[in-house]
Amino acid sequence: MALRSPGKTKFVDADILVIGGGFAGCGAAYESRYWGRDLKIVVAEKANIQRSGAVAHGLSAINCYMGMQWGENQPEDHVRYARGDLMGLVREDLVFDIARHVDATVHKFEEWGLPIMKDPKTGHYLREGKWQIMIHGESYKPIVAEAAHKSASEVHNRIMVTHLLMDTARPNRVAGAVGFSVRSGDFYVFRAKAVIVSAGGASHIYRPRAIGEGTGRTWYAPWSSASAYGLLIPTGAKMIQMENKIVLTRFKDGYGPVGAWFLLLKSYATNAYGENYEISRFDEIKSLVGEYAEIKPMPTCLRNHAMLEEMKAGRGPILMHTQECLDTREKEEIGWEDFLDMTIGQAVVWASQNIDPKERPSELTTSEPYVMGSHATCSGAWASGPEDCAPDDYQWGYNRMTTVEGLFGAGDTIGGSAHKFSSGSFTEGRLAGKAAVKYVMDLNGAAPQVDEAEIATLKEKIFKPLETYRVGRNEIVAGTVAPGYLLPLHGLQRLEKLMDEYVGGYSTFYVTNEPLLSRGLELLTMLKEDLDQVGAENLHQLQRAWELSHRVLTAEAVARHTLFREETRWPGYYYRADHPKLDDAEWHVFTASEYDGQTGEWRMSKLPVHHIVE
Amino acid sequence: MPTYTDMTRCDGCGQCVDICPSDIMHIDPVYRRSYNIEPNFCWECYSCVKACPQHAIDVRGYADFAPLGHKVRVVRDEESAAIFWKIKYRDGRVKEFTFPIRTTPWGSIRAPSDYEAPHPNDLASPMLAHEPMALKVETLPRLPALKKQQV
Repeated sequence: MALRSPGKTKFVDADILVIGGGFAGCGAAYESRYWGRDLKIVVAEKANIQRSGAVAHGLSAINCYMGMQWGENQPEDHVRYARGDLMGLVREDLVFDIARHVDATVHKFEEWGLPIMKDPKTGHYLREGKWQIMIHGESYKPIVAEAAHKSASEVHNRIMVTHLLMDTARPNRVAGAVGFSVRSGDFYVFRAKAVIVSAGGASHIYRPRAIGEGTGRTWYAPWSSASAYGLLIPTGAKMIQMENKIVLTRFKDGYGPVGAWFLLLKSYATNAYGENYEISRFDEIKSLVGEYAEIKPMPTCLRNHAMLEEMKAGRGPILMHTQECLDTREKEEIGWEDFLDMTIGQAVVWASQNIDPKERPSELTTSEPYVMGSHATCSGAWASGPEDCAPDDYQWGYNRMTTVEGLFGAGDTIGGSAHKFSSGSFTEGRLAGKAAVKYVMDLNGAAPQVDEAEIATLKEKIFKPLETYRVGRNEIVAGTVAPGYLLPLHGLQRLEKLMDEYVGGYSTFYVTNEPLLSRGLELLTMLKEDLDQVGAENLHQLQRAWELSHRVLTAEAVARHTLFREETRWPGYYYRADHPKLDDAEWHVFTASEYDGQTGEWRMSKLPVHHIVE
Repeated sequence: MPTYTDMTRCDGCGQCVDICPSDIMHIDPVYRRSYNIEPNFCWECYSCVKACPQHAIDVRGYADFAPLGHKVRVVRDEESAAIFWKIKYRDGRVKEFTFPIRTTPWGSIRAPSDYEAPHPNDLASPMLAHEPMALKVETLPRLPALKKQQV
């Protein structure tokens, strides 16, 4: 694609701007339309909402459903589960809030046409596990996107949102966002009374296990480029638990999910010699984390830990014994659909390596770390909780509003509310959508003010990588090596390598310490400086350049939080070798950071963890 | 399994470009057909494969861990609301699966604005759209009340 000078400036005014049209964003659009019939609701999406976000290729299960209609679980049970899985630290008000609404969301999905599997005996939804239900979810995203399309006033696809705008009339209030069209190159200025950030969490801030083409097959989508945090951090919004990255146990290389195999098909994993290592390692785990080892089911990180120790001891590969459970055609179909609905690559691994799961086991391994707020992890923005059940210091006006006025979040953006998954993220989008409508109504027409000079500066900054490339390219004959610029992929690879080596990636078995983190931060600072010299050959590379920028800032937050928390809270997710044990006396708290965009300084603090469910 | 486009089948319609979540299916300016510009950012999501009207897009497993000789082909049919998979192993074995994708007609979802407008006072309640009916329990759970029941 040949390069032109920066395109036209387009202004889009909205009452509510939704950034990111994944599950959370679609939920936000739906609910804000329900409550705000006359409001202008605009969705800005980097790709095409028909197939965007983490559910782009579908899902095989809904992992958050209470089943209150059949008395299966109550919201409080889910709070206990999420709290246990996260080693005690979740925002119980937020988790409860999602859990009490999520069934209504799932019932709506079914009404809209999502095929949910039924238990032939009871007629209830077929349970994969206590919280999960099985679906035929290939078209899960197109179905949900249809609802969003019918809700939003406008959906702008292929807009890479790069920065949030702040109000010039009122300090600490959001005023909109800017970005560019990856197709036309036009510069977009969104002016909005309320902004809901429902962008994606972070893949590719750590070196992936694959080394070539396979780096595309990360567990979380490669297009989840940390915009959930990269947009918020520069505004000074308070972020929490950014050290709480997640490492997934998955089928090796294809990253096929293990949940249905363990829970529904009753498969099991052993070391290479057929031994169940989780049982034999229990005492050692207890010596690290105390009574948390006794939580049922065993927290995800501890199960990872047992597997890692086994691999370190030379008893790998770890094997999932699929051949022991696929004794009927029905079970075989469930096993295959589990992958074909959501991780087609795993089916390709089996076909290419002649692995028939009916005949032989498959290898499991642990992934590179990810940072996100919707899965079994808690990274994200500090948000106001629900009015009727949040403790006082968790509540400052509107549900799911961050510490920046008018700036809401949902899905990966919101910290502390783990175990949302698809249905919970959509539900959190609905909660944010309703609250944003209330905020806009309460404003009573007062539109935010944006600074023309700031917009002009941002426009220049956003398109600068194109100019950097154009000028620098003249210095060389051909190829990718130039003295005047760094390509986005170069920056990404440097980021992934240093995060892996210094901030607890797979190559160190997820181990880090204070000296490693300090050195990592030194190198990260230089990478951040080098971002000024990123060169983009075309609009696609310009998108990559800004994705990189969001990833780098997010990675810095991860490193700062990891340095701040002087304990090992989640062995199996990462280890502080200089503080190898869990320390409830000092660290039964949330870690929080506030970034100063002017000075580049981070202010770290502790926030209390309140237990509102016994 | 990054995607690739069959030179003879592709007619350059651009559906794959329009749908790709990773923005990596682009039209080659010389041949006017699509190709994968960044296989290392391909999640093998098959969005483009499913969207291609010519069935011109296929995948070849990631070179760094997938031996050659396999095929995972798919036809997604919105009319019959089903998806058809054919998996061919490196050693020639074949497996076929068919799964439903939707139970209602495409486009049939009722817009939120088609429902009766909620009372403005309800904006202050914790209730979301269609609740409590959509919950299929009588009331929205609240913490203190539930606490007593549970204890």
